[in-house]
Amino acid sequence: MANNKEFFHRRLHSLLGVIPVGLFLTVHLLINYSATRGPEAYNKASGFMANLPFLLILEFLLIYIPIVYHAIYGVYIAFTAKHNFNRFGFFRNWMFLLQRITGIFLVIFIAWHVWETRLQKAFFGAEVNFDMMANIVDNPWMLAFYIVGILSATFHLSNGLWSFLVSWGITVTPRSQRILTYVTMLFFIFLSYVGISAILAFA
Amino acid sequence: MAEGQKTVTIIVQRQDNPDSAPYDETFEIPYRPNMNVISALMEIQRNPVTKDGKKTSPVQWEMNCLEEVCGACSMVINGKPRQACSAMIDQLEEPIRLEPMRTFPVIRDLLIDRSRMFDALKKVKAWIPIDGTYDLGPGPRMPESKRQWAYELSKCMTCGVCMEACPNVNDKSSFIGPAPLSQVRLFNSHPTGAMHKKERMATIMGDGGLANCGNSQNCVEVCPKGIPLTTSIAALNREATVQMFKNFFGSDYSY
Repeated sequence: MANNKEFFHRRLHSLLGVIPVGLFLTVHLLINYSATRGPEAYNKASGFMANLPFLLILEFLLIYIPIVYHAIYGVYIAFTAKHNFNRFGFFRNWMFLLQRITGIFLVIFIAWHVWETRLQKAFFGAEVNFDMMANIVDNPWMLAFYIVGILSATFHLSNGLWSFLVSWGITVTPRSQRILTYVTMLFFIFLSYVGISAILAFA
Repeated sequence: MAEGQKTVTIIVQRQDNPDSAPYDETFEIPYRPNMNVISALMEIQRNPVTKDGKKTSPVQWEMNCLEEVCGACSMVINGKPRQACSAMIDQLEEPIRLEPMRTFPVIRDLLIDRSRMFDALKKVKAWIPIDGTYDLGPGPRMPESKRQWAYELSKCMTCGVCMEACPNVNDKSSFIGPAPLSQVRLFNSHPTGAMHKKERMATIMGDGGLANCGNSQNCVEVCPKGIPLTTSIAALNREATVQMFKNFFGSDYSY
């Protein structure tokens, strides 16, 4: 049945953004944070992840399939909107726009990031470790690209979390929605701190 | 025009037919105290001559109640969608710019086709069915506190301002928009209307329905009646979440 699936697709899109993709991003950035304690600590933490049993199945089920679905349907959502922030400059309308801009940017950033790291390992047997990242962000442009990418990801997740709570009917009243705006923005600041500290540790 | 008389400058975005290109015309009309955009447009209708002295066709628009309860005269005034009847000339920055609400198909000048909204109201059964083949008798009572609460939602006049402000209501999407959704909440809350709750939920959980909301929350900011549209949408989201589980797992309470 091709029709009447929009509700299902939208809800699935919203859910997958938080579980598992959002959860993965949080874990990913927390593991990267170990780089602030030196190459040894980072290699140990990332090595633990790389040596999980059934790694490929876990990766496909918990990361690749959900993120590809989220990306494809997200691009469709982003391009069906007609942006009007110039006429309606309300806070939420700006967040609406930023959510879509960061989303589109993340499709590009994540594709590049996966190519540069995970696929290098899969295709060319490169080792994913501290040195690999240090080489990448040795280039100041690459470092800037990664910083913008990390900030986009943390914003997209934090603001997406806010939308998730509304879309699933958890935050209904304006008051609860406003408070969750503060909470999710604090989460954005925290996660950005974690992510940026990690990338600067490689540089 | 008499020398020294105070005037009002109005720029109207005009369009001759649904398919032609829009163009601007500037009018200068004599000022009167307490004018609103409607009386200014009536002035143009009386004397359809542009500022440059060119004779033109009278500007078309729609109006009805003239007290901001029918929603017919909604248009974009100085960039903001609102009712022309309650837009006072004294409170507007000049030149005053009038445009049609382009989210809807333009018929002519400021006259638009709001069928999209009326069709959506039919689709979601935005009414309370009381007819039967025999006298159905009185329905269940509605608590007074609930009536007062529901009254706020019933203020919707289908004016289309929320639709104009919503980035997800456009010609690329089939989204029914905030106003019809809030009406679902209104009629689902009514004791008799609730008897058709499942049908309404099924409709808004279908294509072009509830899930198309992107939470830009422009609707609640612009609603001239102060209807809590985003609260309605979030409340329906919760209802839809419950309904979704009932539909999938099954429930005897899923009527």
